[in-house]
Amino acid sequence: MAEAVSDDGFVVFDRVQKSYDGETLVVKDLNLSIAKGEFLTMLGPSGSGKTTCLMMLAGFETATHGDIRLGGQPINNIPPHKRGIGMVFQNYALFPHMTIAENLAFPLEVRKMGKSEREEKIKRALDMVEMGAFGGRRPSQLSGGQQQRIALARALVFEPELVLMDEPLGALDKQLREKMQFEITDLAHNLGITTVYVTHDQTEALTMSDNVAVFDDGRIQQLAPPDLLYEKPENSFVAQFIGENNTLEGIVTEITGDTCVVRLDDGEELDATPINVSKVGERTKVSIRPERVEYNKERLQEGAHTLKAEVLEFIYMGDIFRTRLRVAGNDEFIIKTRNAPDVERLQPGQQIEIGWLPQDCRALDA
Amino acid sequence: MSDMTDTGGPVLAADGTPLKRSLARALRRQKMRALMLIAPLLLFILISFILPVADMLYRSVQNGIVTETLPRSVVALADWDANSGDLPSEAVFAAMAADLKDAAAAKTHTKVGTRLNYENPGISSLFRKTGRKAKKFDVENGGPWKEALIDINKGWGDPDNWRTIQTYSPPVTAGYFLNAVDMRVGPDGAESRPESEQIYMNLLKRTLWMSLTITVCCILLAYPVAWILANLPMRQANMLMILVLLPFWTSLLVRTSAWKILLQQQGVINDILVWIGLVDDSARLVIINNQFGTIVAMTHILLPFMILPMYSVMQTIPPTYLRAAKSLGATDWTAFWRVYFPQTIPGIGAGSILVFILAIGYYITPALVGGTKGTFISNQIAFHISSSLNWGLASALGAILLAVVLVLYWAYDKIVGIDNVKLG
Ligand SMILES: Nc1ncnc2c1ncn2[C@@H]1O[C@H](COP(=O)(O)OP(=O)(O)OP(=O)(O)O)[C@@H](O)[C@H]1O
Ligand SMILES: [Mg+2]
Repeated sequence: MAEAVSDDGFVVFDRVQKSYDGETLVVKDLNLSIAKGEFLTMLGPSGSGKTTCLMMLAGFETATHGDIRLGGQPINNIPPHKRGIGMVFQNYALFPHMTIAENLAFPLEVRKMGKSEREEKIKRALDMVEMGAFGGRRPSQLSGGQQQRIALARALVFEPELVLMDEPLGALDKQLREKMQFEITDLAHNLGITTVYVTHDQTEALTMSDNVAVFDDGRIQQLAPPDLLYEKPENSFVAQFIGENNTLEGIVTEITGDTCVVRLDDGEELDATPINVSKVGERTKVSIRPERVEYNKERLQEGAHTLKAEVLEFIYMGDIFRTRLRVAGNDEFIIKTRNAPDVERLQPGQQIEIGWLPQDCRALDA
Repeated sequence: MSDMTDTGGPVLAADGTPLKRSLARALRRQKMRALMLIAPLLLFILISFILPVADMLYRSVQNGIVTETLPRSVVALADWDANSGDLPSEAVFAAMAADLKDAAAAKTHTKVGTRLNYENPGISSLFRKTGRKAKKFDVENGGPWKEALIDINKGWGDPDNWRTIQTYSPPVTAGYFLNAVDMRVGPDGAESRPESEQIYMNLLKRTLWMSLTITVCCILLAYPVAWILANLPMRQANMLMILVLLPFWTSLLVRTSAWKILLQQQGVINDILVWIGLVDDSARLVIINNQFGTIVAMTHILLPFMILPMYSVMQTIPPTYLRAAKSLGATDWTAFWRVYFPQTIPGIGAGSILVFILAIGYYITPALVGGTKGTFISNQIAFHISSSLNWGLASALGAILLAVVLVLYWAYDKIVGIDNVKLG
């Protein structure tokens, strides 16, 4: 996992470690390279060290070990205000005693910019987030979404090359969040800004990013574009964390090229693609996405292994059907089927057989 | 909805009464209940605060004693022209004799003497001495009273004394207030007292100036302490908070006396300075029983009142503001000055008002460590209340102090805005 970090990234974390108390490492061996103009999301459960990484990059925490480079220069000894990194905080941190225009003027004033130039930039930044009419208001007179846009405008007004955002949409309702997700990615791409975005909302990560770094336990578990992350998780943590996932546990009994056979704990067998398993006899967790499970025999490959399943619950969700099954002793096995005219609606208590293509079923670490 | 209001006429409730009236009736009951709940406190405040203040304000202008004790003389004196330089007529003297006889019998002649003595030092002995003989006056048959009274005391032959009686005969007087601002009623109306008799205005100025100094000292000392308190982890902050509050648990007298021990010429601080060699043994510093001593001791005593509001305001300022400012390119100092400091102003304002108003009326500490140069106007008020018994003057001084505080409060509201004051 800890492949050598290429040196040509715009932002580079090189073997970075961080400990707050001298006893536990909050960040363990972080290696990450972010290209110029890239939108990278750090995704991970609470306490996995995402904010800590961001703070080290912004200069509010120092790395205990390792180098952080920005544009090829090590920045460990550069104070935060000289790094020129825009930042959007989770609670926006708009200065309450200043108007919106004064908030936006602040980074320009400390850079000793002339008044006319300042006003022009403020106007442009406000127009960019469609808040042109709000320059005279105080932050407390704005709604959450409007404050969020102002925070974004303030982080961008001094034209930084790198912008960090720490869960900027956490406080917004779902609809507004989706709108803002779109607006943020749009802005970032149009302006060509390198963005590091922190969230623990996986949908947000998948829809917005060029690359997603999944954090757990102070390490990057997988760094990949969203589609690869979802379809080809490299370990069971990522498979479990991203999207809905079914897990079955068993032992590898046979490996032939890029398929293998796994015998589940109750004796049934299934086909899978070996990812994190290398030899026969190893324990494994097999991961299958709910929408890749097939129970219509005609659609299954000739000779594929099938499993017996009992329908426990059928949930009608409009566009899809969500069915809960008992499979090999697992009561939480979910399948999703598109609501099409020819799809059979399963009844609770019904006994069915399920199967899948081996490439959709990944044998991961136990 | 809108067409209902458009039709004009009052909106009616279900039972046909106008909606406004039934709403008012419903609310009245609630208001009555709320009033009942705060009634004990209102009563307490009325008895222990509003009535005494009103009484004080009344006393500062009240002057009934002269007309009550010398009713006939006051009437007779009314048409006398004090500026003529002549003594009043025989009729006035006769009226005075009659009044004095009654007053001596009722033993009130010394009181009126004391009252007039505030305005004309020496006049009290005139009343005291005459009063002794007045009991034997034969009002009907005696006389002529002009010679008789002047014979008893030469003071009755001085038009100035008669002028004092005439000037202070109305039941309401501005005399106490004039006195409190170092003025008096002279032949041509209000005039300044001679330089040597001016005390109160200087004292008031000194009180204001020293209170301001104390407030500024408190701000300077409290700000960093409050900042540290607000930024420490909870447990350590609580520990430190106990240290801040510790003075509250010690008697004020003990704390003030401790300062006496520290600051006196043979005290700890002087000893240390001499021992280090900074100060010669023969030239020990005088740092108590003067303004310096008062400022030091009172700054110490009032410090918690500054720290607490500052702390509670600073606690509500998330550290992300400073971080945001720095990420936007501000140096540590700019971030503090432009982002953090403005948000703490409500705390500074609340603390300053508290400390200043407490300081301006402070009494014990200046009395103990102030010497003669470091006392406050409140010490003079206390003197007039308990020693000279001139309650009228004490009340006038108190009323002036009250007015000064209200004016400052008003000015603060105009400049900073009173809703900008936060205690937490
Ligand atoms: N100032 C600090 N002092 C000590 N420990 C800290 C400090 N800040 C964070 N930690 C610890 O470091 C770990 C990682 O924290 P961090 O804030 O980076 O998590 P995160 O991934 O941002 O989580 P979240 O999604 O909840 O924001 C946590 O276990 C946290 O308790
Ligand atoms: Mg975080």
